[in-house]
Amino acid sequence: MKTSYHADKKGYYGDFGGAYIPEMLYPNVEELRQNYLEISADPVFKKEFDQLLKDYVGRPTPLYYASRLSEKYNTKIYLKREDLCHTGAHKINNTIGQILLAKRLGKNRVIAETGAGQHGVATATVCALMGIECIVYMGELDIRRQAPNVARMKMLGAEVRPAQSGSKTLKDATNEAIRDWINNPVDTHYIIGSVVGPHPYPDMVARFQSIISEECKTQLQEVEGRDYPDHVIACVGGGSNAAGIYYHYLDDPRVNIIAVEAAGKGIDSGESAATSVLGKEGIIHGSKTLLMQTPDGQITEPYSISAGLDYPGVGPMHAHLYRSQRAEFVSIPDQEAMDWGLTLSQMEGIIPAIETAHAFALLDERKFEPNDVLLFNCSGRGDKDLETYIDYFKL
Amino acid sequence: MNRIQSTLTKEHKLLSIYFTAGFPELDDTVSVLKQLQDTGVDMIELGLPFSDPLADGPTIQESSTQALKNGMTTDTLFDQLKDVRKHIHVPLIIMGYFNPIMQYGVERFCKRCQETGIDGLIIPDLPVDVYHEQYQSLFQDYGLLNMFLITPQTPDERIRFIDKVSEGFIYMVSSAATTGAQSSFGNVQEDYFKRIESMQLNAKLLVGFGISNAETYQAATAHSKGAIIGSAFIKHLKTHGSDSVAEFVTQIR
Repeated sequence: MKTSYHADKKGYYGDFGGAYIPEMLYPNVEELRQNYLEISADPVFKKEFDQLLKDYVGRPTPLYYASRLSEKYNTKIYLKREDLCHTGAHKINNTIGQILLAKRLGKNRVIAETGAGQHGVATATVCALMGIECIVYMGELDIRRQAPNVARMKMLGAEVRPAQSGSKTLKDATNEAIRDWINNPVDTHYIIGSVVGPHPYPDMVARFQSIISEECKTQLQEVEGRDYPDHVIACVGGGSNAAGIYYHYLDDPRVNIIAVEAAGKGIDSGESAATSVLGKEGIIHGSKTLLMQTPDGQITEPYSISAGLDYPGVGPMHAHLYRSQRAEFVSIPDQEAMDWGLTLSQMEGIIPAIETAHAFALLDERKFEPNDVLLFNCSGRGDKDLETYIDYFKL
Repeated sequence: MNRIQSTLTKEHKLLSIYFTAGFPELDDTVSVLKQLQDTGVDMIELGLPFSDPLADGPTIQESSTQALKNGMTTDTLFDQLKDVRKHIHVPLIIMGYFNPIMQYGVERFCKRCQETGIDGLIIPDLPVDVYHEQYQSLFQDYGLLNMFLITPQTPDERIRFIDKVSEGFIYMVSSAATTGAQSSFGNVQEDYFKRIESMQLNAKLLVGFGISNAETYQAATAHSKGAIIGSAFIKHLKTHGSDSVAEFVTQIR
């Protein structure tokens, strides 16, 4: 049998994935599992999805050849410009797909979790677009740290509910959203923002994000005369932008996959989010994956200067890419990522999200050949991070 | 016969009480156990605290957070329970999420349970199919019963499967909710209890979630073998202290 790095029928990527959920969630998750493939393959659904991606999100996003960077690093560097999507990041590809799915399933209420607020904004946006009630759970600490995104969600008509349990951050917001879903099993759809959670979420979100690599294939063919890069590079928190740009290259051995995690203040500092290195196999939010935890199995709080990368787990696809050594995993500390925020701004005129900046920092870590084609996912823009940039660089 | 199974054959309706191990104080576990037995409680569920208890409402979440702050760990719990079978005769069930058990090592955990005299487990996020395929024979080797939950939304076919796999009781969740959410039972619950009763399952049914007083206990046990109380008891411990167990139990039945 041919090896595949995609999910199998039960939602496993090698040892990882599955659906480790309380029985109370079983009907909700089962309804999704039974329907997501059929609905998303339906030509009418696809047409509506593609149309919205084109007219509303602004797809296809450009594939941009970064000439100054390429010259400096003596290799060929392409940026997939997901930062140009409506709402500023790739997140909306998934929320468009899931809101259409929710409508098909007859749901009239949507819930979501958010850390930095990007997924919350993307969810609030599509709910406004469809006229569906939207409730976003956000850690109490994050609400204080990310005021502009909270305001955006409110303007879009969403209710932002503070998660006050545990560490009051992303993992607790996710717990609260799951509890809401347990309490509202019939009328509510839960839009998870990354390739995490119980099956079918990791596979479903990866499929909705796979438009990224689908476009890359056509675009690379035009400029390079071949539809694949030598290296595809993305930052990984939960891993949705990475899943999207890896998707059509996962089973292509010609393509080297590189995942960049947040080292925070350093792998050994106790303040890091490098889940592949620091995590152990376990269960978080209904998925078996690598996660950061105490020896006693209590889930710990990760740290990164970028709010989008500080998730204590990682999508099961990525856990499998790590364990099977299909992908190379690299971790980048705060300082290098922040410096790359400036570098990309000043060399290419693109202010990246801090998450995205982590991926580019790879260029200082590793040497590439002049003829290598490097495909970076420029996953988000830096507007949301201005305050952090201002504080850090005393701008 | 396992203690849970023999208790389930008793004539009267059963009262099972849940509390979080190591709450309110780390060393309260055994004292609360003794008081529960002394006041005639039929079964006891010990909560192994977890940082991210998905199926629990605020009361049990907070008690878990407090227990972890108090220093509760899996080893600490087993150490506290080391001599428990010298004086505790009621069935003991550990209720905990799967991640801490995985980290401890599932077999090692089962072995410690057997040595300690634990009769069964409730692991809300270990689905019945995964249990059946991967862990059932291991649990059986160590004489442990694993109890499963059903809800008003669980399809009949799945209830039949759960019944087939169950060796102890089935934990019937009273409504679509996390723990501690409800204060009274209405027609919806009544219909659900009757529907499940009419399925004539092999396993006995214990109703849990939302039972807090004599009235809800009566309603829950009208169509089942017994009822489980958790959040209401935790609230009582929090307000009245860890030596006030009898006060709570006597007002239930």
